[in-house]
Amino acid sequence: MMAAFPHAMPVEGLLGGLLIGISAAIMLLGNGRIAGVSGLGARALGIADAGAPRAMAAAFIIGLPLGAALAALLLGGVMTRYPAAMWQVVVGGVVVGYGTRLGSGCTSGHGVCGMARLSPRSIAATLIFMGSGIATVALMRAGGLL
Amino acid sequence: MAALVAGAIFGAGLALSGMADPQRVRAFLDIFGAWDPTLAFVMGGALVPMALAWTVQRRLARPVFADGFALPATRGIDAPLVVGAMLFGIGWGLSGLCPGPAIAGLALAPAQAGIAVVAMIAGMALHRLTRR
Repeated sequence: MMAAFPHAMPVEGLLGGLLIGISAAIMLLGNGRIAGVSGLGARALGIADAGAPRAMAAAFIIGLPLGAALAALLLGGVMTRYPAAMWQVVVGGVVVGYGTRLGSGCTSGHGVCGMARLSPRSIAATLIFMGSGIATVALMRAGGLL
Repeated sequence: MAALVAGAIFGAGLALSGMADPQRVRAFLDIFGAWDPTLAFVMGGALVPMALAWTVQRRLARPVFADGFALPATRGIDAPLVVGAMLFGIGWGLSGLCPGPAIAGLALAPAQAGIAVVAMIAGMALHRLTRR
């Protein structure tokens, strides 16, 4: 399968995606909240004044590495290839932090929750961040930064 | 408690789907290079249960564990949304990281993910300090 894309993981991607969607469904139907990681993270740290109760936000955020650790244990390891140039992680991280607050969400809140709700704001945000992400990586490729 | 379980399922999903791997995420955005479509499968897989959840939500008076739904109003598309999403995409492409995988990565590659998370917190704090 996917002979044209030798590195693609369609099955793991779909299964992992299902887990992410189930998690977001639990947050919505259980807690009445959007499973937006940037918003919950900011709330857990007190950077956002409004939003989910802080204990709930913190519980979700703490769950993320716990679940990842459990998956790594069951799968016998998970690949994490960070950019060799750590300045890309530092600068990219700061811009991601600023942008997700200004734009009220990231891949989870807009890309999964809002898109599934057919929210025009989230659909617009997702198209924009995918577009600027593709443009950024294209520039990096042209500039030899990949 | 439900939030902790939901967070753990989310983190497991990120790890299983390869989204905890910044190079794989960046390869999805690299349409002029060695394009890796995995992220599209992740999004597709996540949208199905979430779309079902929204149809159930419309029929529920209140959530199972809370007194009411607290959901963002579907306001119009404004400048902060557009500029914020554009900036987020730039940082996402530069690093291969968005907030979920960075935080989940604390259990997988603590040193590198730690730097990413601190950088994201700094960006969020910068937004708070400058936008009020």
